[in-house]
Amino acid sequence: MELKTASAGTLESGDIIVEISPATSKGIDIQLKSTVSYQFGEQIKKVIKETLSELNITDACVNATDKGALDCTIKARTIAAACRAAGKDLWLD
Amino acid sequence: MAKELNVPVYEVGKNPNVRAKVSTPRPELQKQASKVVTLEEAIRKTGLKDGMTISFHHHFRGGDKVVNLVVDKLAEMGFKNLHLAASSLADVHRPLIEHIKNGVITKISTSGMRGALADAVSRGLMETPVNFRSHGGRALAIKKGELHIDVAFLGASSCDPLGNASGYSRSENAKSICGSLGYAMVDAQFADKVVILTDDLVTYPNTPNAISERNVDYVVEVESVGDPSKISSGAIRDTKNPRDILLAQTAAKVVINSGYFEDGFSIQTGSGGASLAVTKFIREKMIEKGIKAKFALGGITSHMVKMHEEGLIEKLLDVQSFDMVAAESLKNNRFHKQVCANEYASAEELGSAIHWLDMVILSALEVDVNFNVNVLVGSDGIIRGAIGGHPDTAAASALSIVVCPMLRGRIPCVVDEVTTYITPGDGVDVIVTDFGVAVNPRRPEIAERLKAAGLNIVDITYLRDKAKSIIGEPAALPFGDKVVGVVYNRDGSVLDVIKNIDDTNV
Repeated sequence: MELKTASAGTLESGDIIVEISPATSKGIDIQLKSTVSYQFGEQIKKVIKETLSELNITDACVNATDKGALDCTIKARTIAAACRAAGKDLWLD
Repeated sequence: MAKELNVPVYEVGKNPNVRAKVSTPRPELQKQASKVVTLEEAIRKTGLKDGMTISFHHHFRGGDKVVNLVVDKLAEMGFKNLHLAASSLADVHRPLIEHIKNGVITKISTSGMRGALADAVSRGLMETPVNFRSHGGRALAIKKGELHIDVAFLGASSCDPLGNASGYSRSENAKSICGSLGYAMVDAQFADKVVILTDDLVTYPNTPNAISERNVDYVVEVESVGDPSKISSGAIRDTKNPRDILLAQTAAKVVINSGYFEDGFSIQTGSGGASLAVTKFIREKMIEKGIKAKFALGGITSHMVKMHEEGLIEKLLDVQSFDMVAAESLKNNRFHKQVCANEYASAEELGSAIHWLDMVILSALEVDVNFNVNVLVGSDGIIRGAIGGHPDTAAASALSIVVCPMLRGRIPCVVDEVTTYITPGDGVDVIVTDFGVAVNPRRPEIAERLKAAGLNIVDITYLRDKAKSIIGEPAALPFGDKVVGVVYNRDGSVLDVIKNIDDTNV
């Protein structure tokens, strides 16, 4: 899938910014900064990966800055960023 | 006759202990006062040696300038291996990191720590663990000699050449104000040598004073002892955060229906957003019901001062002025009294004020299902707070109320076991959260009263489970094997240890 760089989310407490850009190598590469990385770092990466997989995105760079977002928020921000990056509504398609 | 009485006969000028008559006019004589020296002279004259214990107070909180000034000087003079015993430390004390690396400071005792210093300590900066004590615990340890202070360096907003020191100044040259010197009063009483640093050297007698000349060895004039604008982070204003308002309203309902909200009650609150808002709601109810409080205790805020000036609170007992309004009030209001930390919160003194306190409203980083509270170490394992008077007031008050949200972002505040054990659950009576109020099973009568008043009383395990259902199961923190902190209970026993965070593999 053709992707450009796009992001969704804010730096407010309880939110996350997810930025998706074209892959530089095979697979999903996630760079995560999180205020709760010790406790939830792996879980956050897992939710981003699964969400992208559901949208049939297999190769992408993801830069995420998390301020303690819940899984539902992480999923929503990832979908929004992915749709913007793809230039079409992957979610409804 | 003198022989029978076994006393010497009076001879003019023979007794070396009696001060000779001096005819110099006193304003002139004051200028020659031998206690007034430079910082370096003071340090030399106290006889300070490597390995000794030096102490400081934290009444200027984030605006303190004394700790860095004195430790810089001690480093310059070549001192090593010192034990720094402060009543608390703040983000402003990050220069201590270099002094620790250079071996000037090798041990620290404090109530709390924040910012870069706390982060470095949490990651194993020091070989010797930091000793953490509550305010009452520190005062008692100093009194009993468990924490012996060789030299106290105490900042004061005014001091005369004899050493009468105060946390405010009435002179036109006043440069700073911190209000109460409650924590410093203990150091002044029990330290072997006491050095007052002041940015306003006034003429004798500087009364009313917090610290008496009788306890002071040297007086040092410095450019500034602290920045009062940094005592509270910005102006005190009512919180607009809807969750804080909900928490405050609920906490106020707990206070009002607790059975202790009667004419002549006493109360203490913290300085957090929810805590301040509680005061506002309680004030409205006091006016409505015509109830007056006998005293408010602890860290005094502008809200408490307002209620005192309105006649709603008869007396203020102030161990620490939390903002400039409180500091000014201590100067101007006759019944706003400063109390030393032992008079405030000693576990062993019947007369310490906490033993006469009805209700205290406290905050928490975490509470657990056994009602234990953590206010020192963040849920990421990094030190980010202070014990303060939390365990002292919780244990000694008739009713302790801890206010905290169930979640902060994705961090649960109600957990199975607190990261660090600070306030034992047997002294914690009520936990107020945004998802319900939990009452310690030791206080069934309180649960009954609050239920009858229509409050949503829940089991503490319900809050823990509810939190988990929203955020999921957190992974374990990456603790290492090195002990970086020891937490002492208010009676001097050890409560818990803090391990280092080692995130090299995370």
